[in-house]
Amino acid sequence: MNLDFGQILPSLPFILKGVLVTLQFTLLSALFGFTLGTLLSLLKISSIKPLRWFAEFYTSIFRGTPLILQLALVYFATPQIIGYKISPIEAGVFTFALNSAAYSSETIRAGIMAVDKGQREASMSLGVAYRPMMLDIILPQAFKNILPALVNESIALLKDSALVSTIGVLDLMRRAQVVAGQTFLYFEPLIVVGVIYYVMVMGLTQAAQVLERRMRRSD
Amino acid sequence: MIRIEHLVKSFGPLEVLKDISTEVATGEVVAIIGPSGSGKSTLLRCINLLEIPTAGHIFVDGVDITSSKCDILKVRQNVGMVFQHFNLFPHKTVMGNLTYAPMTVKGLSKADAGKIAIDLLAKVGLSEKVDQYPSRLSGGQKQRVAIARALAMEPDIMLFDEPTSALDPEMVKEVLDVMKGLADTGITMCIVTHEMGFAREVADRVLFLDGGYLVEDAPPDIFFTSPKSDRAQQFLEKVL
Repeated sequence: MNLDFGQILPSLPFILKGVLVTLQFTLLSALFGFTLGTLLSLLKISSIKPLRWFAEFYTSIFRGTPLILQLALVYFATPQIIGYKISPIEAGVFTFALNSAAYSSETIRAGIMAVDKGQREASMSLGVAYRPMMLDIILPQAFKNILPALVNESIALLKDSALVSTIGVLDLMRRAQVVAGQTFLYFEPLIVVGVIYYVMVMGLTQAAQVLERRMRRSD
Repeated sequence: MIRIEHLVKSFGPLEVLKDISTEVATGEVVAIIGPSGSGKSTLLRCINLLEIPTAGHIFVDGVDITSSKCDILKVRQNVGMVFQHFNLFPHKTVMGNLTYAPMTVKGLSKADAGKIAIDLLAKVGLSEKVDQYPSRLSGGQKQRVAIARALAMEPDIMLFDEPTSALDPEMVKEVLDVMKGLADTGITMCIVTHEMGFAREVADRVLFLDGGYLVEDAPPDIFFTSPKSDRAQQFLEKVL
């Protein structure tokens, strides 16, 4: 076994640029995904049946098919179907947001259901309308309870973002492959990005713990 | 003034309220008592439409709140409610609890809502708790904050759903004292309670419910000394 990290050292700045791409991807996907997931969760607890059916059907589609298939469909088939030349970044964020919305909507729904129904009744008895009640009273308490689950979902998003390397986005994963192709070394670049992913996930976990402590100050 | 006409409430096949009719005059304090499962809380919750009546009518200040044209949110602004389990907003401070609805629903400025809140907290004796979160308060303090929160909307009618049932015995009095003080201000109050001494002392009238029927509707001195129905006599023998 002859490992030669020295040989990929010049490529390190190139690899590190992938951190930004991967982070940007994860952040945008999580932002759109959780927003859409919240809307879906509200449909799921709605008293209007067709809305509930739609949300259930939506979730079943995105949970029932592989993410890499969804990604390929959006990226390769969009130009064919609607004639729009979708960029790899757009296709990636779009797919990941839709997919993440399906998963997080279940978590958020459970979070909303777990908020004591007295909170709803207290808001209603004060004359508060549905929208402010949800935004100011119910959802903040729901998110506090499901924060660990949403962090898990974000971590999954961060790691799954490596899939966008398959549609040519120059993310961390793709950059490792490019370096491997240039140097004919595989172990070194792959292990380097592996460590970078690990550090990013640890950072995310730490940040979540700080956030959780802040949210628990009312306890 | 509240007028209830032939009110019926069913949950599925279960009829909880059966043809209830009565009136509560402006400024009157009415105690609603009866065994558990008799429909006391349901009756109370119909008055601010937390439960939607199955049949019959409820008029608040002449407006039929059971009519489909009625703005439920408008009705609730004018009818405050205090719950057995307080239901304070745990993620908001005492101040936040008191100012939230006046600011959100009535559009008051933070300063105006804050002024009302400080005033009310002084009245319930909790001025020093302004910036605390509810988790830091005792049960009795929580309930007093909850009363202040309901009063912050300046309602004409206050509903109390077993306000002392979840409290430790030594905290009951502080809440009842606040309610007594409130009764003297001339606000209309409907109180579901198991505190017979309180009902006797403070209420102008007692409604006794059993099995979904309004069995007795009498002033407290008459109800507690010579109830007409056997059911009320049996109930009083057990609880007094």
